[in-house]
Amino acid sequence: MQSFKAAAPHTTPDMGDDDFNPAKAFHHDDSVDLSSGSIFSLKSSNVDVVGNSLHYDAFNTGIRAAEIVSSGTGCLDTGQFMYQKGTTLGNGHIENWGDSGLADNSQQTDTSTDVDTDDKNQLQHGAIITVDQSKLKTGDQKTLQRLAQNREAARKSRLRKKAYVQQLESSRLRLTQLEQELQKARQQGIFIVSGLSGGHGLSVSGNAALAFDMDYAHWLNEHQRLINDLRSGLNSHLGDSELRILVESVMAHYDEVFKLKSIGVKADAFHMLSGMWKTPAERCFMWLGGFRSSELLKILGNHLEPLTDQQLMGICNLQQSSQQAEDALSQGMEALQQALVDTLSSACLGPTASGNVADYMSQMAIAMSKLATLENFLHQADLLRHQTLQQMHRILTTRQAARALLVFSDYNSRLRALSSLWLARPRN
Amino acid sequence: MYSYMGMGMGSDPMERLVKLASESAVVIFSVSSCCMCHAVKRLFCGMGVNPAVYELDQDPRGKELERALMRLLGNSQAVPVVFIGGKLIGSMDRVMASHINGTLVPLLKEAGALWL
Repeated sequence: MQSFKAAAPHTTPDMGDDDFNPAKAFHHDDSVDLSSGSIFSLKSSNVDVVGNSLHYDAFNTGIRAAEIVSSGTGCLDTGQFMYQKGTTLGNGHIENWGDSGLADNSQQTDTSTDVDTDDKNQLQHGAIITVDQSKLKTGDQKTLQRLAQNREAARKSRLRKKAYVQQLESSRLRLTQLEQELQKARQQGIFIVSGLSGGHGLSVSGNAALAFDMDYAHWLNEHQRLINDLRSGLNSHLGDSELRILVESVMAHYDEVFKLKSIGVKADAFHMLSGMWKTPAERCFMWLGGFRSSELLKILGNHLEPLTDQQLMGICNLQQSSQQAEDALSQGMEALQQALVDTLSSACLGPTASGNVADYMSQMAIAMSKLATLENFLHQADLLRHQTLQQMHRILTTRQAARALLVFSDYNSRLRALSSLWLARPRN
Repeated sequence: MYSYMGMGMGSDPMERLVKLASESAVVIFSVSSCCMCHAVKRLFCGMGVNPAVYELDQDPRGKELERALMRLLGNSQAVPVVFIGGKLIGSMDRVMASHINGTLVPLLKEAGALWL
């Protein structure tokens, strides 16, 4: 059921619409403040509901919705409005409009869009519809009933729309508030992840994560290059001294990645811990932000043979000590997790209303300091990995070390390849 | 394994530290809520060593000792700190490094904390 109010003098928002469906776009320019994201005209400014470009057809031939719709963005998409519940206007029998024609003039709800009955046969500034009077004069009982129901439905629809619009309004205000708060907070140097301010820059931690990812990717490329040089060196049976240079450059390059990780851990420990900078298969076997130091020697396995007795003992000791250190750090992490659980779960159990806030704050402060030790654990884990690599290098001869580095590197690149294969696998 | 420090005899905290450190083969200065301290303790226990642990938060003059440790290490982290055979080894990173490079076990044996 549709009716329109004259555009010029009134101030109520003019949103006549039956079967109100917020999903429909409702376009107005000019007089209406169309903020981004707001679909509806939210203000109660004058709404030129039916623009000048609307075409008023002779009513006994019915309104052709297409004409109205086609007048562009300034106009309503009135296609829906005109044809409620499949009622056509072809022959000018406008049952639904008749309702508005008979509506009392005093039906001035906020969203009242009733056409003045007096003007029902005239074209007002904005009015589209008049009633085909001949049909109405029959006073059909069923018709009147239906008209009343339609009116009721339309009224409810308008109220729903009003409520929705108000909701949108307040959300928009809230959004503006939040954006302002964010701006302030960012200026105060608080780390907040933001997507709101349209690319003014990620938070510092977002930048750190990206920076590490990029640096790591670059490191990986360079690592592959050095490994390839080492491989061709080994295969072409280079002398020990030349081979040693290649091995040393790989080892020195490993020093670089641990430096990168150290920076990364300080800047964004959670990102390092998450392993999002690794491929899925690598991530699956990750431990405290990297490979397991105890795994290194397991991966090398038999490739190191033949080993002298002294070397064998060294390797066994390294296997054992790396395992023990790994276990110790793991248990420390478990204690950390337990401490966090204890702290955070106790925060919920505040006895009194006044005690709650202070308790909460102090518990959160404790939790924060616990969380800070996470950085230390990641740091220790990286140290452990680095030291295990270095010790392995010390125990082995140049040629053995070359082989070991190749095996370890190949293992990792195969793991990465596995990730790619997995991601590309055909699914049914 | 967990020893309690006697009432301080009004001695300088550094002296107390040195004294306590020499009383057992392996001495760990710790804080009961510190998770890295927990890791260090687990490391030694996992090796079959029985360290003497001093929880500084449970000592009335613990704060002094913590400050002395920080000065000793030149570190913002007071704990954990490990002494073996009365000699300062250091914090977790030093302990782990010496374990990996194979120098920890001989030290422990030398101090009588490990046999075989």
